[in-house]
Amino acid sequence: MRRRLRFAAGAVVFAGLVVLAANGAEVSLAVLFAKLGNFTSYFYRILHLDNGQWVWTDFPEWFWGLKKWARLLSETVLISYVGTISGAVAAFGLNFLAARNVAPRPSLRAVVLRFLEFCRTVPGIVFALIFVIAFGLGPMAGVFAVMIHTAGALGKLYAEVVENIDMKPVEGVRATGANWLAGVRFAVVPQVMANFASYTLLRFEINVREASVMGFVGAGGIGQELLVAIRKFYYSDVSAILILIIALVFAIDIATGWVRHRFIGTEQLP
Amino acid sequence: MTRQLPIDPDALSKLARVYATPFSRRYAIPAVMITGFALFAFGLWYLDFSFWRTITGIRQFGWIVGLMMPPDSGNALPNYLSAMGETLSIALLGTSLAAVVALPVSLLAARNVIPSALLRFPTRRFFDSIRGVDTLIWALVWINVVGLGPFAGVLAIATSDFGAFGKLFSEVIETADRKPVEGVRAAGGSALHEIRFALLPQVLPVIAGQVLYFIESNTRSATIIGIVGAGGIGLQLAEQIRVLEWQHVSFLILMILVAVAVIDLVSKRLRFAIIGRPSSAEAH
Repeated sequence: MRRRLRFAAGAVVFAGLVVLAANGAEVSLAVLFAKLGNFTSYFYRILHLDNGQWVWTDFPEWFWGLKKWARLLSETVLISYVGTISGAVAAFGLNFLAARNVAPRPSLRAVVLRFLEFCRTVPGIVFALIFVIAFGLGPMAGVFAVMIHTAGALGKLYAEVVENIDMKPVEGVRATGANWLAGVRFAVVPQVMANFASYTLLRFEINVREASVMGFVGAGGIGQELLVAIRKFYYSDVSAILILIIALVFAIDIATGWVRHRFIGTEQLP
Repeated sequence: MTRQLPIDPDALSKLARVYATPFSRRYAIPAVMITGFALFAFGLWYLDFSFWRTITGIRQFGWIVGLMMPPDSGNALPNYLSAMGETLSIALLGTSLAAVVALPVSLLAARNVIPSALLRFPTRRFFDSIRGVDTLIWALVWINVVGLGPFAGVLAIATSDFGAFGKLFSEVIETADRKPVEGVRAAGGSALHEIRFALLPQVLPVIAGQVLYFIESNTRSATIIGIVGAGGIGLQLAEQIRVLEWQHVSFLILMILVAVAVIDLVSKRLRFAIIGRPSSAEAH
């Protein structure tokens, strides 16, 4: 009975919040239903060529810009790759200072934790917007944005991995009189490398998706081209680029899965 | 005195052969490292990195950070607060909408509900393709359909979450206990009865936890979809960056940080209240 009441109360509060939010976001169901036809017709249109044929009747015409798009897609992959690697290196350097059981001193740990939190809470694209002004238009801004976000996200995950290690090897190494760095190098790192690597691969996957929109703010990759196609109503281009992005994400998904399987082993995956 | 045992070199070398790390394993890690590093170097070259540009860029960035201090909203605070409210609304509505739509569809992707792979596989791939497209892209598409404004943002969040929820929910449903389902069936219940009285009671708490978690992470996404014109605080942020009002920018970033922290706290409390322990979605 009490559980029911609590459930009902929760439902009422939630419904109230939704109505409030609907007001705040200017949502009206009438508009949605009136425009729902637009949505289907939008998909109908992006699947048609200029001459009114379905797109799949003429592949060369549909993917007319394949060469350019392939170049931009590889740029997207490279942005996320370089960003992921450099972010992972930064996270690697910082996480040992942030893990409770290894951190050399609590005050430093608090600072590093806040810093990592800042890096991962501010969305990557906001950094990209700022970096575009600092570094100029182009993929460099995108790389730095991906890097900072990755450092924040991976730093936290790495630190959690380190907090779960077996402390006995660390004590053993420290007992020989080794300093902090040697303790980390010979007792902590060997235990965590596999997990670090698999988290990094996962992050790479996410970053490819993120890098695909960096171009929206001028930070390189396929995003710019997609933005132009959507804004200027080049319908068949939109579907072609979207399909290429989805295919790329799938391919990266499969490739990282293979690498993880082959080199890291499947045990204790997140 | 200890007597040395006679050692048979043949046997020893055989042992060495047996216990040696195979060639492929010994060179796998260095090979991966070298390839990875080469790709990194190639990436730096391909993306036009230059030492000089990096230095000037960092100096420029430091200068910008200097200009950001102290954060200041001028007299635009009411504006920003209402934009923040809009962002929170977008996150809440988008996530709820996605959950409501994804729940029935996710049943189609769960093995214990639909045994036939014929329907399950296309549904799964469908979810995957939706997830493969970033929220910002969906926002652009929806802007074309319903026009600029927060409504497009709600629909964008709903669409990309629909893909994520479909996958997560179907996984939750697949781990549900079979026995209640069999019980309902044995009592003569129909397939719908099985879902309503045997599956849903098991999965709803877990799903509620996941939805809460997503509301939290969507607050983060909802702060940026304004950049392409889909409402919320991102619009203000992009605007202020464009006009180089750095103090406003830092104030807005601070607002986002605070809002995310608050939502984090609230949703963590609620999640504990609902399921009593950290949910598995936390690893997400």
